[in-house]
Amino acid sequence: MADLKFEDCLARLEQIVGALESGNLPLEDSLKAFEEGIALARHCAKYLDEAERRVELLLKDEAGLLKTQPFAIDPDDER
Amino acid sequence: MGDRQVYTVSQLTARIRDVLEEQVAPFWVEGEISNLRVPGSGHAYFTLKDDAAQIRVVLFRNRLRRIRFEPADGLHVLAFGALEVYAPRGEYQMVVELMEPKGLGALQVAFEQLKARLQAEGLFDPGRKRPLPRFPRKIGIVTSPTGAAIRDMLRVIGRRFGELHIVVRPVRVQGEGSAREIAEGIADLNALGDVDVIIAGRGGGSLEDLWAFNEEVVARAIVGSKAPVMSAVGHEVDFTIADFVADLRAPTPSAAAELVVREKEAVVDGLRDLHHRLSRALARRLERQRERLVLYAERRVLSDPSRPLRDAQRRLDELGLRLSSALGAGRRHAVHRLALATQRLHSGNPAVRISSGRGWLGQLQGRLDAGARRSLDRSVHGFRVAAGKLDGLSPLAVLGRGYSLTRTASGEIVRSADQVAPRDPVSVLLHEGTLECTVEETRERDGRPQV
Repeated sequence: MADLKFEDCLARLEQIVGALESGNLPLEDSLKAFEEGIALARHCAKYLDEAERRVELLLKDEAGLLKTQPFAIDPDDER
Repeated sequence: MGDRQVYTVSQLTARIRDVLEEQVAPFWVEGEISNLRVPGSGHAYFTLKDDAAQIRVVLFRNRLRRIRFEPADGLHVLAFGALEVYAPRGEYQMVVELMEPKGLGALQVAFEQLKARLQAEGLFDPGRKRPLPRFPRKIGIVTSPTGAAIRDMLRVIGRRFGELHIVVRPVRVQGEGSAREIAEGIADLNALGDVDVIIAGRGGGSLEDLWAFNEEVVARAIVGSKAPVMSAVGHEVDFTIADFVADLRAPTPSAAAELVVREKEAVVDGLRDLHHRLSRALARRLERQRERLVLYAERRVLSDPSRPLRDAQRRLDELGLRLSSALGAGRRHAVHRLALATQRLHSGNPAVRISSGRGWLGQLQGRLDAGARRSLDRSVHGFRVAAGKLDGLSPLAVLGRGYSLTRTASGEIVRSADQVAPRDPVSVLLHEGTLECTVEETRERDGRPQV
Protein backbone atom coordinates (compact mmCIF):
# COMPACT_ATOMS: atom_id res chain seq x y z
CA MET A 1 0.00 0.00 0.00
CA ALA A 2 2.98 2.26 0.57
CA ASP A 3 3.43 2.43 -3.18
CA LEU A 4 -0.09 3.64 -3.77
CA LYS A 5 -0.20 7.22 -4.80
CA PHE A 6 -2.18 9.43 -2.54
CA GLU A 7 -4.67 10.05 -5.28
CA ASP A 8 -5.13 6.34 -6.00
CA CYS A 9 -5.50 5.76 -2.32
CA LEU A 10 -8.12 8.44 -2.01
CA ALA A 11 -9.92 7.27 -5.11
CA ARG A 12 -10.04 3.73 -3.74
CA LEU A 13 -11.25 5.04 -0.41
CA GLU A 14 -14.02 7.01 -2.13
CA GLN A 15 -14.96 3.92 -4.08
CA ILE A 16 -15.16 1.85 -0.91
CA VAL A 17 -17.22 4.46 0.88
CA GLY A 18 -19.55 4.63 -2.11
CA ALA A 19 -19.93 0.86 -2.22
CA LEU A 20 -20.55 0.67 1.51
CA GLU A 21 -23.07 3.48 1.36
CA SER A 22 -24.94 1.81 -1.46
CA GLY A 23 -25.53 -1.07 0.92
CA ASN A 24 -25.25 -3.62 -1.87
CA LEU A 25 -22.23 -5.42 -0.50
CA PRO A 26 -22.67 -8.70 1.31
CA LEU A 27 -21.98 -8.32 4.99
CA GLU A 28 -18.72 -10.21 4.77
CA ASP A 29 -17.51 -7.95 1.98
CA SER A 30 -18.73 -4.92 3.87
CA LEU A 31 -16.47 -5.76 6.75
CA LYS A 32 -13.53 -6.38 4.46
CA ALA A 33 -14.22 -3.14 2.63
CA PHE A 34 -14.43 -1.32 5.91
CA GLU A 35 -11.09 -2.66 7.04
CA GLU A 36 -9.48 -1.73 3.77
CA GLY A 37 -11.07 1.70 3.92
CA ILE A 38 -9.74 2.33 7.39
CA ALA A 39 -6.27 1.29 6.28
CA LEU A 40 -6.48 3.60 3.29
CA ALA A 41 -7.69 6.49 5.39
CA ARG A 42 -4.76 5.96 7.72
CA HIS A 43 -2.39 5.78 4.80
CA CYS A 44 -3.75 9.03 3.37
CA ALA A 45 -3.55 10.78 6.70
CA LYS A 46 0.01 9.56 7.09
CA TYR A 47 0.87 10.88 3.66
CA LEU A 48 -0.53 14.28 4.53
CA ASP A 49 1.38 14.31 7.78
CA GLU A 50 4.65 13.25 6.24
CA ALA A 51 4.66 15.32 3.04
CA GLU A 52 7.42 17.88 3.01
CA ARG A 53 8.20 20.92 0.96
CA ARG A 54 10.98 20.57 -1.57
CA VAL A 55 11.81 22.84 -4.48
CA GLU A 56 14.45 21.80 -6.96
CA LEU A 57 15.94 22.97 -10.22
CA LEU A 58 16.24 20.43 -13.01
CA LEU A 59 19.43 20.97 -14.95
CA LYS A 60 21.47 19.17 -17.57
CA ASP A 61 25.16 18.56 -17.07
CA GLU A 62 27.80 18.62 -19.79
CA ALA A 63 27.02 15.04 -20.74
CA GLY A 64 23.37 15.95 -21.18
CA LEU A 65 22.34 14.03 -18.06
CA LEU A 66 19.57 15.39 -15.94
CA LYS A 67 20.34 16.39 -12.39
CA THR A 68 18.53 18.31 -9.74
CA GLN A 69 19.73 20.83 -7.23
CA PRO A 70 17.89 22.69 -4.51
CA PHE A 71 16.21 25.82 -5.76
CA ALA A 72 16.48 28.54 -3.18
CA ILE A 73 14.04 31.25 -3.98
CA ASP A 74 11.97 33.33 -1.68
CA PRO A 75 8.64 33.83 -3.42
CA ASP A 76 8.15 37.07 -1.55
CA ASP A 77 11.40 38.59 -2.75
CA GLU A 78 11.48 41.44 -5.16
CA ARG A 79 7.82 42.05 -5.16
CA MET B 1 18.11 54.09 -91.25
CA GLY B 2 21.79 53.14 -91.63
CA ASP B 3 22.83 54.56 -88.32
CA ARG B 4 20.12 52.87 -86.32
CA GLN B 5 21.36 51.11 -83.18
CA VAL B 6 20.74 47.44 -82.93
CA TYR B 7 21.13 45.53 -79.63
CA THR B 8 21.55 41.94 -79.26
CA VAL B 9 18.93 40.31 -76.99
CA SER B 10 21.54 40.00 -74.36
CA GLN B 11 22.47 43.61 -74.61
CA LEU B 12 18.87 44.63 -74.41
CA THR B 13 18.21 42.39 -71.47
CA ALA B 14 21.25 43.85 -69.80
CA ARG B 15 19.90 47.35 -70.29
CA ILE B 16 16.48 46.32 -68.95
CA ARG B 17 18.11 44.67 -65.99
CA ASP B 18 20.08 47.82 -65.35
CA VAL B 19 16.97 49.92 -65.37
CA LEU B 20 14.86 47.55 -63.29
CA GLU B 21 17.48 46.41 -60.86
CA GLU B 22 19.50 49.58 -60.39
CA GLN B 23 17.08 52.36 -60.94
CA VAL B 24 13.96 50.98 -59.31
CA ALA B 25 14.62 51.25 -55.59
CA PRO B 26 13.39 48.48 -53.22
CA PHE B 27 9.68 48.94 -52.59
CA TRP B 28 6.61 47.67 -50.80
CA VAL B 29 3.91 46.13 -52.88
CA GLU B 30 0.53 44.87 -51.95
CA GLY B 31 -1.26 41.92 -53.54
CA GLU B 32 -2.77 38.49 -53.24
CA ILE B 33 -0.70 35.35 -53.41
CA SER B 34 -1.54 32.84 -56.11
CA ASN B 35 0.09 29.90 -57.83
CA LEU B 36 2.30 29.25 -54.83
CA ARG B 37 4.89 26.53 -55.37
CA VAL B 38 7.63 25.40 -52.99
CA PRO B 39 9.86 22.94 -54.88
CA GLY B 40 12.65 20.85 -53.38
CA SER B 41 15.01 23.78 -53.31
CA GLY B 42 12.93 25.22 -50.47
CA HIS B 43 12.42 28.51 -52.30
CA ALA B 44 8.86 29.70 -52.66
CA TYR B 45 7.56 30.85 -56.04
CA PHE B 46 4.25 32.56 -56.43
CA THR B 47 2.42 35.35 -58.14
CA LEU B 48 1.22 38.55 -56.55
CA LYS B 49 -1.79 39.96 -58.27
CA ASP B 50 -4.54 42.43 -58.05
CA ASP B 51 -7.59 42.90 -60.24
CA ALA B 52 -5.66 43.99 -63.30
CA ALA B 53 -2.06 42.87 -63.05
CA GLN B 54 0.29 40.34 -61.69
CA ILE B 55 3.97 39.95 -60.99
CA ARG B 56 6.12 36.93 -60.38
CA VAL B 57 7.65 36.68 -56.95
CA VAL B 58 10.36 34.53 -55.48
CA LEU B 59 10.94 34.07 -51.78
CA PHE B 60 14.28 32.43 -51.22
CA ARG B 61 14.57 29.78 -48.55
CA ASN B 62 16.70 31.86 -46.20
CA ARG B 63 14.10 34.62 -46.31
CA LEU B 64 11.16 32.25 -46.08
CA ARG B 65 12.41 31.02 -42.73
CA ARG B 66 12.26 34.48 -41.25
CA ILE B 67 8.67 34.98 -42.16
CA ARG B 68 6.50 33.99 -39.19
CA PHE B 69 3.53 32.85 -41.18
CA GLU B 70 3.23 30.41 -44.00
CA PRO B 71 2.59 31.91 -47.44
CA ALA B 72 -0.59 30.55 -48.93
CA ASP B 73 -2.70 31.11 -51.99
CA GLY B 74 -5.31 33.76 -51.54
CA LEU B 75 -3.44 35.45 -48.75
CA HIS B 76 -3.35 39.22 -49.03
CA VAL B 77 0.16 40.38 -48.26
CA LEU B 78 2.48 43.30 -48.16
CA ALA B 79 5.82 42.40 -49.62
CA PHE B 80 9.03 44.33 -49.49
CA GLY B 81 11.75 43.64 -52.05
CA ALA B 82 13.30 44.57 -55.34
CA LEU B 83 13.01 43.61 -59.00
CA GLU B 84 15.24 41.11 -60.68
CA VAL B 85 15.52 40.21 -64.30
CA TYR B 86 15.90 36.56 -65.24
CA ALA B 87 17.68 36.83 -68.53
CA PRO B 88 17.37 33.26 -69.78
CA ARG B 89 13.62 33.55 -69.92
CA GLY B 90 13.32 37.27 -70.46
CA GLU B 91 11.29 37.57 -67.35
CA TYR B 92 11.39 39.87 -64.42
CA GLN B 93 10.30 38.99 -60.94
CA MET B 94 10.22 40.45 -57.51
CA VAL B 95 12.61 39.08 -54.93
CA VAL B 96 10.93 39.43 -51.56
CA GLU B 97 12.93 40.29 -48.48
CA LEU B 98 10.08 40.77 -46.04
CA MET B 99 6.48 39.85 -46.21
CA GLU B 100 3.59 40.28 -43.84
CA PRO B 101 -0.06 39.60 -44.06
CA LYS B 102 -2.18 42.62 -44.91
CA GLY B 103 -4.66 43.58 -42.22
CA LEU B 104 -3.61 41.04 -39.62
CA GLY B 105 -0.15 40.99 -38.16
CA ALA B 106 2.17 38.30 -39.39
CA LEU B 107 2.16 36.65 -35.98
CA GLN B 108 -1.57 36.66 -35.90
CA VAL B 109 -1.71 34.96 -39.25
CA ALA B 110 0.91 32.44 -38.23
CA PHE B 111 -1.09 31.80 -35.11
CA GLU B 112 -4.31 31.25 -37.02
CA GLN B 113 -2.58 28.99 -39.48
CA LEU B 114 -0.94 26.77 -36.85
CA LYS B 115 -4.14 26.71 -34.86
CA ALA B 116 -6.12 25.58 -37.88
CA ARG B 117 -3.61 22.88 -38.66
CA LEU B 118 -3.35 21.46 -35.16
CA GLN B 119 -7.10 21.62 -34.78
CA ALA B 120 -7.47 19.64 -37.97
CA GLU B 121 -5.15 17.04 -36.44
CA GLY B 122 -7.53 16.74 -33.55
CA LEU B 123 -5.06 18.01 -30.97
CA PHE B 124 -7.61 20.36 -29.41
CA ASP B 125 -10.23 17.66 -28.94
CA PRO B 126 -11.62 17.69 -25.43
CA GLY B 127 -11.47 13.89 -25.50
CA ARG B 128 -7.69 14.00 -25.84
CA LYS B 129 -7.28 16.06 -22.70
CA ARG B 130 -6.18 14.21 -19.62
CA PRO B 131 -7.58 15.01 -16.22
CA LEU B 132 -5.18 16.66 -13.86
CA PRO B 133 -4.21 14.62 -10.83
CA ARG B 134 -6.14 15.90 -7.89
CA PHE B 135 -3.26 15.37 -5.51
CA PRO B 136 0.03 15.62 -7.34
CA ARG B 137 3.02 14.64 -5.28
CA LYS B 138 5.58 16.02 -7.67
CA ILE B 139 4.91 19.08 -9.78
CA GLY B 140 7.11 20.06 -12.70
CA ILE B 141 7.28 23.69 -13.73
CA VAL B 142 8.76 24.89 -17.02
CA THR B 143 9.42 28.59 -16.82
CA SER B 144 12.04 31.22 -16.25
CA PRO B 145 13.71 30.79 -12.86
CA THR B 146 13.95 34.52 -12.43
CA GLY B 147 10.57 35.77 -13.55
CA ALA B 148 7.55 36.83 -11.57
CA ALA B 149 5.70 33.71 -12.73
CA ILE B 150 7.79 31.26 -10.71
CA ARG B 151 7.52 33.42 -7.61
CA ASP B 152 3.78 33.67 -8.00
CA MET B 153 3.41 29.93 -8.40
CA LEU B 154 5.65 29.03 -5.47
CA ARG B 155 3.88 31.52 -3.26
CA VAL B 156 0.45 30.15 -4.11
CA ILE B 157 1.55 26.56 -3.68
CA GLY B 158 3.22 27.38 -0.38
CA ARG B 159 0.05 29.01 0.85
CA ARG B 160 -2.28 26.22 -0.19
CA PHE B 161 -0.28 23.07 0.38
CA GLY B 162 3.36 23.76 1.00
CA GLU B 163 4.45 20.20 1.57
CA LEU B 164 4.95 19.27 -2.07
CA HIS B 165 7.87 18.38 -4.24
CA ILE B 166 8.37 20.92 -6.98
CA VAL B 167 10.88 20.58 -9.79
CA VAL B 168 11.57 23.70 -11.80
CA ARG B 169 13.04 23.27 -15.25
CA PRO B 170 14.57 26.69 -15.95
CA VAL B 171 14.13 27.93 -19.52
CA ARG B 172 14.11 31.17 -21.41
CA VAL B 173 10.52 32.06 -22.17
CA GLN B 174 11.09 34.60 -24.92
CA GLY B 175 13.50 35.29 -27.73
CA GLU B 176 15.16 33.18 -30.32
CA GLY B 177 15.34 29.50 -29.33
CA SER B 178 13.04 29.86 -26.32
CA ALA B 179 10.34 27.68 -27.86
CA ARG B 180 12.80 24.84 -28.28
CA GLU B 181 13.97 25.20 -24.68
CA ILE B 182 10.41 25.06 -23.43
CA ALA B 183 9.74 21.95 -25.50
CA GLU B 184 12.92 20.36 -24.15
CA GLY B 185 11.96 21.29 -20.62
CA ILE B 186 8.64 19.49 -20.94
CA ALA B 187 10.43 16.42 -22.29
CA ASP B 188 13.03 16.54 -19.50
CA LEU B 189 10.43 16.65 -16.78
CA ASN B 190 8.74 13.67 -18.38
CA ALA B 191 12.08 11.89 -18.40
CA LEU B 192 12.17 12.08 -14.61
CA GLY B 193 9.30 9.64 -14.72
CA ASP B 194 7.57 10.59 -11.51
CA VAL B 195 6.27 14.08 -12.23
CA ASP B 196 2.51 14.05 -11.79
CA VAL B 197 1.72 17.27 -13.60
CA ILE B 198 3.62 19.92 -15.53
CA ILE B 199 2.94 23.63 -15.58
CA ALA B 200 4.43 25.46 -18.57
CA GLY B 201 4.12 29.20 -18.49
CA ARG B 202 5.35 32.69 -18.07
CA GLY B 203 4.09 36.07 -17.01
CA GLY B 204 2.18 38.43 -19.26
CA GLY B 205 3.67 40.29 -22.22
CA SER B 206 3.12 41.36 -25.78
CA LEU B 207 2.16 38.91 -28.47
CA GLU B 208 5.78 38.99 -29.53
CA ASP B 209 6.94 38.18 -25.97
CA LEU B 210 4.56 35.27 -25.69
CA TRP B 211 5.38 33.94 -29.09
CA ALA B 212 7.28 30.89 -27.94
CA PHE B 213 4.03 29.49 -26.61
CA ASN B 214 2.51 29.82 -30.06
CA GLU B 215 5.15 27.73 -31.75
CA GLU B 216 4.52 24.30 -33.05
CA VAL B 217 7.49 22.73 -31.28
CA VAL B 218 5.98 23.66 -27.91
CA ALA B 219 2.56 22.43 -28.98
CA ARG B 220 4.07 19.10 -30.03
CA ALA B 221 5.96 18.77 -26.76
CA ILE B 222 2.76 19.33 -24.82
CA VAL B 223 0.90 16.79 -26.91
CA GLY B 224 3.72 14.29 -26.46
CA SER B 225 3.99 14.73 -22.70
CA LYS B 226 3.12 11.69 -20.59
CA ALA B 227 2.26 13.87 -17.63
CA PRO B 228 -0.72 16.19 -18.04
CA VAL B 229 0.35 19.70 -18.95
CA MET B 230 -1.23 22.90 -17.78
CA SER B 231 -0.52 26.05 -19.74
CA ALA B 232 -0.08 29.19 -17.73
CA VAL B 233 0.75 32.13 -19.92
CA GLY B 234 0.00 35.42 -18.29
CA HIS B 235 -2.51 36.92 -20.61
CA GLU B 236 -6.03 36.63 -19.50
CA VAL B 237 -7.80 37.42 -22.73
CA ASP B 238 -5.96 35.82 -25.59
CA PHE B 239 -5.18 32.18 -25.97
CA THR B 240 -1.87 30.75 -27.09
CA ILE B 241 -1.46 27.59 -29.11
CA ALA B 242 -0.10 26.04 -25.93
CA ASP B 243 -3.40 26.87 -24.25
CA PHE B 244 -5.31 25.02 -26.92
CA VAL B 245 -3.30 21.82 -26.75
CA ALA B 246 -2.70 21.81 -23.00
CA ASP B 247 -4.77 19.49 -20.86
CA LEU B 248 -5.92 22.52 -18.95
CA ARG B 249 -5.44 26.22 -19.50
CA ALA B 250 -4.85 28.62 -16.66
CA PRO B 251 -5.16 32.30 -17.36
CA THR B 252 -2.13 33.14 -15.20
CA PRO B 253 0.66 31.28 -13.43
CA SER B 254 -0.95 31.96 -10.05
CA ALA B 255 -4.20 30.50 -11.31
CA ALA B 256 -2.32 27.46 -12.57
CA ALA B 257 -0.86 26.90 -9.12
CA GLU B 258 -4.32 27.19 -7.62
CA LEU B 259 -5.76 24.73 -10.09
CA VAL B 260 -3.00 22.19 -9.57
CA VAL B 261 -2.67 22.40 -5.82
CA ARG B 262 -5.68 22.06 -3.63
CA GLU B 263 -5.91 23.64 -0.29
CA LYS B 264 -4.52 21.25 2.23
CA GLU B 265 -7.29 22.14 4.61
CA ALA B 266 -9.90 21.02 2.10
CA VAL B 267 -7.98 17.81 1.48
CA VAL B 268 -7.75 17.05 5.15
CA ASP B 269 -11.44 17.87 5.59
CA GLY B 270 -12.31 15.65 2.66
CA LEU B 271 -10.34 12.79 4.11
CA ARG B 272 -11.96 13.23 7.48
CA ASP B 273 -15.35 13.25 5.82
CA LEU B 274 -14.57 10.02 3.98
CA HIS B 275 -13.41 8.43 7.19
CA HIS B 276 -16.61 9.45 8.88
CA ARG B 277 -18.79 8.24 6.04
CA LEU B 278 -16.94 4.94 6.05
CA SER B 279 -17.72 4.28 9.68
CA ARG B 280 -21.31 5.46 9.34
CA ALA B 281 -21.89 3.35 6.26
CA LEU B 282 -20.70 0.22 8.01
CA ALA B 283 -22.75 0.97 11.10
CA ARG B 284 -25.83 1.40 8.91
CA ARG B 285 -24.99 -1.76 7.05
CA LEU B 286 -24.78 -3.73 10.27
CA GLU B 287 -27.97 -2.18 11.61
CA ARG B 288 -29.81 -3.08 8.45
CA GLN B 289 -28.48 -6.60 8.64
CA ARG B 290 -29.63 -6.88 12.20
CA GLU B 291 -33.09 -5.65 11.31
CA ARG B 292 -33.31 -8.14 8.50
CA LEU B 293 -32.26 -10.88 10.83
CA VAL B 294 -34.94 -9.93 13.31
CA LEU B 295 -37.58 -9.74 10.60
CA TYR B 296 -36.53 -13.05 9.21
CA ALA B 297 -36.56 -14.73 12.55
CA GLU B 298 -40.00 -13.39 13.33
CA ARG B 299 -41.34 -14.46 10.00
CA ARG B 300 -39.99 -17.94 10.48
CA VAL B 301 -41.67 -18.27 13.80
CA LEU B 302 -44.99 -16.92 12.56
CA SER B 303 -45.29 -18.61 9.22
CA ASP B 304 -43.54 -21.83 9.98
CA PRO B 305 -43.88 -22.97 13.55
CA SER B 306 -41.97 -25.98 12.52
CA ARG B 307 -40.47 -28.70 14.58
CA PRO B 308 -36.88 -27.81 14.15
CA LEU B 309 -37.43 -24.46 15.72
CA ARG B 310 -39.48 -25.87 18.55
CA ASP B 311 -37.03 -28.69 19.02
CA ALA B 312 -34.30 -26.22 19.15
CA GLN B 313 -36.26 -24.23 21.66
CA ARG B 314 -36.85 -27.31 23.72
CA ARG B 315 -33.27 -28.34 23.58
CA LEU B 316 -32.38 -24.88 24.61
CA ASP B 317 -34.76 -25.09 27.54
CA GLU B 318 -33.40 -28.44 28.55
CA LEU B 319 -29.91 -27.30 28.31
CA GLY B 320 -30.90 -24.30 30.33
CA LEU B 321 -32.42 -26.48 33.01
CA ARG B 322 -29.47 -28.81 33.05
CA LEU B 323 -27.24 -25.91 33.24
CA SER B 324 -29.09 -24.37 36.15
CA SER B 325 -29.42 -27.70 37.95
CA ALA B 326 -25.80 -28.41 37.40
CA LEU B 327 -25.24 -25.01 38.74
CA GLY B 328 -27.53 -25.80 41.69
CA ALA B 329 -25.76 -29.06 42.38
CA GLY B 330 -22.54 -27.33 42.21
CA ARG B 331 -23.87 -24.78 44.57
CA ARG B 332 -25.22 -27.32 46.98
CA HIS B 333 -21.95 -29.13 46.95
CA ALA B 334 -20.22 -25.94 47.62
CA VAL B 335 -22.60 -25.07 50.44
CA HIS B 336 -21.96 -28.44 51.99
CA ARG B 337 -18.26 -28.04 51.75
CA LEU B 338 -18.61 -24.63 53.22
CA ALA B 339 -20.58 -25.96 56.15
CA LEU B 340 -17.99 -28.64 56.73
CA ALA B 341 -15.24 -26.21 56.55
CA THR B 342 -17.07 -23.85 58.87
CA GLN B 343 -17.61 -26.63 61.30
CA ARG B 344 -13.99 -27.63 61.19
CA LEU B 345 -13.08 -24.11 61.68
CA HIS B 346 -15.37 -23.88 64.71
CA SER B 347 -14.07 -27.08 66.18
CA GLY B 348 -10.64 -25.65 66.02
CA ASN B 349 -11.79 -22.84 68.26
CA PRO B 350 -10.53 -23.49 71.87
CA ALA B 351 -13.71 -22.16 73.43
CA VAL B 352 -15.72 -24.42 71.26
CA ARG B 353 -13.41 -27.28 72.02
CA ILE B 354 -13.71 -26.66 75.73
CA SER B 355 -17.45 -26.44 75.59
CA SER B 356 -17.70 -29.43 73.37
CA GLY B 357 -15.29 -31.29 75.67
CA ARG B 358 -17.46 -30.30 78.54
CA GLY B 359 -20.45 -31.59 76.70
CA TRP B 360 -18.64 -34.77 76.01
CA LEU B 361 -17.64 -35.05 79.58
CA GLY B 362 -21.24 -34.57 80.70
CA GLN B 363 -22.28 -37.14 78.26
CA LEU B 364 -19.70 -39.57 79.55
CA GLN B 365 -20.78 -38.86 83.10
CA GLY B 366 -24.35 -39.51 82.17
CA ARG B 367 -23.33 -42.71 80.54
CA LEU B 368 -21.31 -43.63 83.57
CA ASP B 369 -24.25 -42.96 85.92
CA ALA B 370 -26.60 -44.84 83.72
CA GLY B 371 -24.14 -47.70 83.54
CA ALA B 372 -23.71 -47.74 87.25
CA ARG B 373 -27.41 -47.64 87.77
CA ARG B 374 -27.94 -50.40 85.32
CA SER B 375 -25.23 -52.43 87.01
CA LEU B 376 -26.80 -51.92 90.43
CA ASP B 377 -30.18 -52.85 89.14
CA ARG B 378 -28.67 -55.90 87.64
CA SER B 379 -27.09 -56.78 91.01
CA VAL B 380 -30.29 -56.26 92.89
CA HIS B 381 -32.13 -58.39 90.46
CA GLY B 382 -29.44 -61.05 90.63
CA PHE B 383 -29.60 -60.89 94.36
CA ARG B 384 -33.28 -61.34 94.26
CA VAL B 385 -33.06 -64.23 91.90
CA ALA B 386 -30.29 -65.70 93.97
CA ALA B 387 -32.29 -65.10 97.09
CA GLY B 388 -35.25 -66.82 95.50
CA LYS B 389 -33.05 -69.68 94.58
CA LEU B 390 -31.56 -69.71 98.03
CA ASP B 391 -35.00 -69.75 99.49
CA GLY B 392 -35.83 -72.78 97.30
CA LEU B 393 -32.68 -74.47 98.39
CA SER B 394 -33.29 -73.91 102.10
CA PRO B 395 -34.07 -77.17 103.91
CA LEU B 396 -36.55 -75.27 105.89
CA ALA B 397 -38.48 -74.54 102.67
CA VAL B 398 -38.25 -78.30 101.84
CA LEU B 399 -39.55 -79.10 105.34
CA GLY B 400 -42.63 -77.15 104.38
CA ARG B 401 -43.42 -79.70 101.75
CA GLY B 402 -43.36 -82.58 104.44
CA TYR B 403 -39.73 -83.42 104.53
CA SER B 404 -37.79 -83.59 107.78
CA LEU B 405 -34.24 -83.26 108.82
CA THR B 406 -32.53 -85.68 111.20
CA ARG B 407 -29.53 -84.65 113.12
CA THR B 408 -27.36 -86.46 115.62
CA ALA B 409 -26.84 -85.22 119.10
CA SER B 410 -23.76 -83.51 117.82
CA GLY B 411 -25.79 -81.76 115.20
CA GLU B 412 -24.68 -83.82 112.25
CA ILE B 413 -27.30 -84.24 109.55
CA VAL B 414 -28.01 -87.89 109.17
CA ARG B 415 -27.94 -88.95 105.56
CA SER B 416 -27.23 -92.61 105.99
CA ALA B 417 -28.45 -95.23 108.47
CA ASP B 418 -24.96 -96.30 109.39
CA GLN B 419 -24.34 -92.90 110.94
CA VAL B 420 -26.31 -93.92 113.96
CA ALA B 421 -26.66 -96.91 116.07
CA PRO B 422 -29.68 -98.14 117.99
CA ARG B 423 -30.41 -96.14 121.02
CA ASP B 424 -28.68 -93.15 119.81
CA PRO B 425 -30.67 -90.00 120.37
CA VAL B 426 -31.53 -88.06 117.20
CA SER B 427 -33.30 -84.90 116.76
CA VAL B 428 -35.87 -84.73 113.91
CA LEU B 429 -36.45 -81.29 112.68
CA LEU B 430 -39.91 -80.79 111.16
CA HIS B 431 -41.38 -77.82 109.33
CA GLU B 432 -42.81 -76.77 112.59
CA GLY B 433 -41.26 -78.13 115.77
CA THR B 434 -38.72 -80.80 116.61
CA LEU B 435 -39.03 -84.46 117.60
CA GLU B 436 -36.47 -85.87 120.10
CA CYS B 437 -36.22 -89.53 119.28
CA THR B 438 -34.22 -92.65 120.02
CA VAL B 439 -33.07 -94.96 117.24
CA GLU B 440 -34.56 -98.37 117.63
CA GLU B 441 -33.10 -100.22 114.80
CA THR B 442 -30.82 -99.43 111.79
CA ARG B 443 -31.21 -101.04 108.49
CA GLU B 444 -28.65 -100.71 105.82
CA ARG B 445 -31.29 -101.36 103.18
CA ASP B 446 -34.96 -100.73 102.94
CA GLY B 447 -37.55 -101.57 100.35
CA ARG B 448 -37.03 -98.39 98.28
CA PRO B 449 -35.71 -98.76 94.76
CA GLN B 450 -32.06 -97.71 94.71
CA VAL B 451 -31.23 -94.64 92.83
